[in-house]
Amino acid sequence: MMNKRTLLASLVLAALGATGAAQAAEPLRIGMIATYSGPYADYGRQFDAGVALYLKEHGGKIAGRPVEIVRKDTGGPAPDAAKRMAQELIVRDKVSVLTGLDFSPNAYAVGAIATQAKVPAIVMNAASSAITTSSPYVARLSFTVQQVTDPMARWMLKEGIKEAYTVVADYASGADAETAFKKAFAAGGGKVVGGVRTPMNNPDFSAYVQRIKDAKPQAVFFFFPSGVMPPAFLKVWKERGLEEAGVKLFATGEATDDSYLDATGDVALGLITSHHYSYAHKSPKNEKFVKDFVAQFGTSMRPSYFAVTAYDAMAAIELALAKTKGDTSGDKVMEALKGLSFESPRGPVEIDPVTRDIVQTVYIRKTERVDGRLVNVEFDKFDRVKDPAKEAK
Amino acid sequence: MKAAVKLSPRTVQAAEVAFWVALASCFFFLPDRLTLMSQILIFGLFAVSLDMALGYAGILTVGHAAFFGAGAYAAGLLAKHGWSEPISGLAAALCVCAALGYALSYLIVRGADLTRLMITIGVCVLLAELVNRLSGITGGTDGLQGMVVQPVLGLFDFDLFGKTAFVYTFVVVLAMFLLARLVLRSPFGLTLRGIHDSRKRMLAIGSPVEARLRMAYAISAALAGVAGALMAQTTQFVGIESISFNRSAEVLIILVLGGTGRLYGGMVGAIVYMLVHDWFADMNPEYWMFWLGIFLIAAVMLGRGGIMGALSRRFRTQEHAR
Amino acid sequence: MGIVIFDGVAYGMLLFLIGVGLSITMGLMNFVNLAHGTFAMVGGYAASVLMARLGLGFIPALAAAFVAAAVVGAVLEVVFYRRLYRAHPLDQVLLSIGVVFVSVAAFTWGFGPSMQPFNLPPWLDGQVSLGGFEVGRYRLFLIAAGLVVFAGLLLGLGKTRYGAMVRAAVDNQRVAGGTGIHVQRLFFLTFSLGCGLAGLGGALSLGMLGLEPTFPLKYLVYFLIVVCVGGAGTIVGPFIAALLVGVVDMAGKYYLPEAGAFLIYVFMIIMLLLRPNGIVPRKGLA
Repeated sequence: MMNKRTLLASLVLAALGATGAAQAAEPLRIGMIATYSGPYADYGRQFDAGVALYLKEHGGKIAGRPVEIVRKDTGGPAPDAAKRMAQELIVRDKVSVLTGLDFSPNAYAVGAIATQAKVPAIVMNAASSAITTSSPYVARLSFTVQQVTDPMARWMLKEGIKEAYTVVADYASGADAETAFKKAFAAGGGKVVGGVRTPMNNPDFSAYVQRIKDAKPQAVFFFFPSGVMPPAFLKVWKERGLEEAGVKLFATGEATDDSYLDATGDVALGLITSHHYSYAHKSPKNEKFVKDFVAQFGTSMRPSYFAVTAYDAMAAIELALAKTKGDTSGDKVMEALKGLSFESPRGPVEIDPVTRDIVQTVYIRKTERVDGRLVNVEFDKFDRVKDPAKEAK
Repeated sequence: MKAAVKLSPRTVQAAEVAFWVALASCFFFLPDRLTLMSQILIFGLFAVSLDMALGYAGILTVGHAAFFGAGAYAAGLLAKHGWSEPISGLAAALCVCAALGYALSYLIVRGADLTRLMITIGVCVLLAELVNRLSGITGGTDGLQGMVVQPVLGLFDFDLFGKTAFVYTFVVVLAMFLLARLVLRSPFGLTLRGIHDSRKRMLAIGSPVEARLRMAYAISAALAGVAGALMAQTTQFVGIESISFNRSAEVLIILVLGGTGRLYGGMVGAIVYMLVHDWFADMNPEYWMFWLGIFLIAAVMLGRGGIMGALSRRFRTQEHAR
Repeated sequence: MGIVIFDGVAYGMLLFLIGVGLSITMGLMNFVNLAHGTFAMVGGYAASVLMARLGLGFIPALAAAFVAAAVVGAVLEVVFYRRLYRAHPLDQVLLSIGVVFVSVAAFTWGFGPSMQPFNLPPWLDGQVSLGGFEVGRYRLFLIAAGLVVFAGLLLGLGKTRYGAMVRAAVDNQRVAGGTGIHVQRLFFLTFSLGCGLAGLGGALSLGMLGLEPTFPLKYLVYFLIVVCVGGAGTIVGPFIAALLVGVVDMAGKYYLPEAGAFLIYVFMIIMLLLRPNGIVPRKGLA
């Protein structure tokens, strides 16, 4: 039964034809468990774009073998489906690596399969801290919420902010952000004067913003998942005149996610955020990445941290296989991934040898209009940030 | 209009046996799709439990995932905190959900259809929010991990191919289905039919309508809980989606697709829905919702009463009521 | 405190505007139309597109939203809904869910999953001083619009012949048909009206809720709460219920943010237990 969907079949054939490969090299099958339908369909699209870009640069091959991506759609957070798909990918499609994993519950569920089957799983987005500790066969190339929140707290302290009020969405990542912020802010002598957790399905932020207006803290830090919540919050913020009232606003980069920034609009202007990748990052590697991206996909979709992580995940697999000399057995690949370090379009990245989690630079950026488009302009940074949740142990 | 084909009771029974044998034979014929088949069976049981409340007792509810999720978390928390024997975990989930269902039934039997609908939705959403709030215990939106499920009967490990999970699920679902069948064909089941048809007349003949409805709801909740527990045990994970409104809506779609008020409606609906969904996830994921919508509209406009309804118009059993 | 009540009332008015159409269709045709949010979304997108691409003013865009949603409603009524008036409620539920799914997918494909950008017209932007409070102009406008529609519907249903026919059909459809009222045509017009109102509400929600393709699914529960708690088939019931929901939601978020999402559902359950047939129960309901 030909049920699997081969994404790059034509590219593989073209690459094979072009290089005139005489040897029938066994294709390297990579399973991609992501979201291709529903409100988060963009995630899967970004992953595919990053992967396609990398493979195009490398002639459709990794470690000398043509790459076959087998896509499976979870339709959002669906751990039972994700687990089943991981199982099928390993048992039926015989993949050597599992990747994708945009939502944390999916990553946890797949991690368990990775352990059972001893197949490496590379996380391209899920940001819950404990994912890499839940299974020895999981390595993460994306980020953790705590990893990008902690520097923001430290930066705010550096700027002389002494008290802060936190607003987070009421789910696991929001709780992560709140925890990391409180810890880092208090550690630096700051005081968290109040906080609120907003329900995920929240139509209107006016009550919360009014509460903040009446409390009049020095600054507010917020964390919402990227998409529709940040613009809704920012709109009310501007409407109520909080800026004029002198309350400073800070957030993590989800609020100004590159793929939603244009739709978010002018309400995001001037917002200071912290994240690991900006489309406007100034480096030769990123400039080439963006140029190739536009050349291949046009300007309708802007590469965000999803696409970059997918690109980097492919790079990591290639580098790991180079170390293991083509051996795809789980233990060897995981060993090779540990301590890996290379240059990504976002900056320098490393995979921590102990936790198998990503170590990277976190930038402080400001949303500005450059050449008529809204972008995050980096102006400060924290080098080699590790996930604080695991550091504390 | 073609005359309906008349089937003898023997034929119908043979068809039922054939149905279950065919499902069981997937073990041999579809060895690499066993996990999908297990999940189909689980959803089938869930839909049958909803049928008991909706199709037979006439309680319109879009909040049944409250019990599915409660059963899943019950089994999950037991497995996480030391009680890893699976069969007793199932039993515990059954008891918890029966109790929960009975307690909630006091709210459910009041008011008009619409009121009941909203109350069931409200309860489901509240329980989901509770799970989110108590994320220290339940894992919140990240899901419950760290479940340790011992091998079934001490012998059969939950393997990567899903073989043990399939057999375990099959046996439990068949057992629960037979239980439901027994209940629905008993005098109790007939009372439910009566209440569904005309509540006033049942009251008039002195039938304790509210008590019967409460019982039906509790049994339905218990079955849904077993389905949830099975899901938790076979995947060793409980996501917050199992108690969400979306899941309630999904199982309603599955049931209505298969046909309410008919014993096999839930099972048939689950098979069709999950297979089509899986096919779409491979072929054309971006447009799943669109085609599902078209499929649903077509199913309603072309065939009332779902798949089983359409079948029942073609085939008639010679005996009277079931 | 005053601001919270004001915000709550504005939010409630918006829920009323979108939900009143559902009350009418549910009450009149006994049709459980879970796709009501779709018509609101149609109106919202119509207004948004017309304002952004054709530079239409806000008020004309609202009118266009009403018309667009009413037209879509009329088409769907003729093609699908009409055939299911006598069908089992579950079939109706399934149809309306199908319509929702198709519409969500279609709009995602057509407009992308992000929120529709929307700029308030300058005369609605900012705040204005009212009785010592700084209130948002847009919210003031929402309240005004809600009151106008409420009054209009009450007058329309109470004083016109059409309104009398609708009331008759709500009370007892069979007898109404017996007196020569063309029930089918009545349904058609009323359904379109209900959808048009939803479209208007959807367009108005652009400035407050934000419009994206999952709108019908996200806010369905709120409309259902307003109609059920208020009493399907009436105008006054959902009006009161919507105001209550709006104020309770806002006040809850302001004074008890820890209660989070719990509050509105607990409120709903309590209200339904106290008044199972709605705040204003429909006459002639068994």
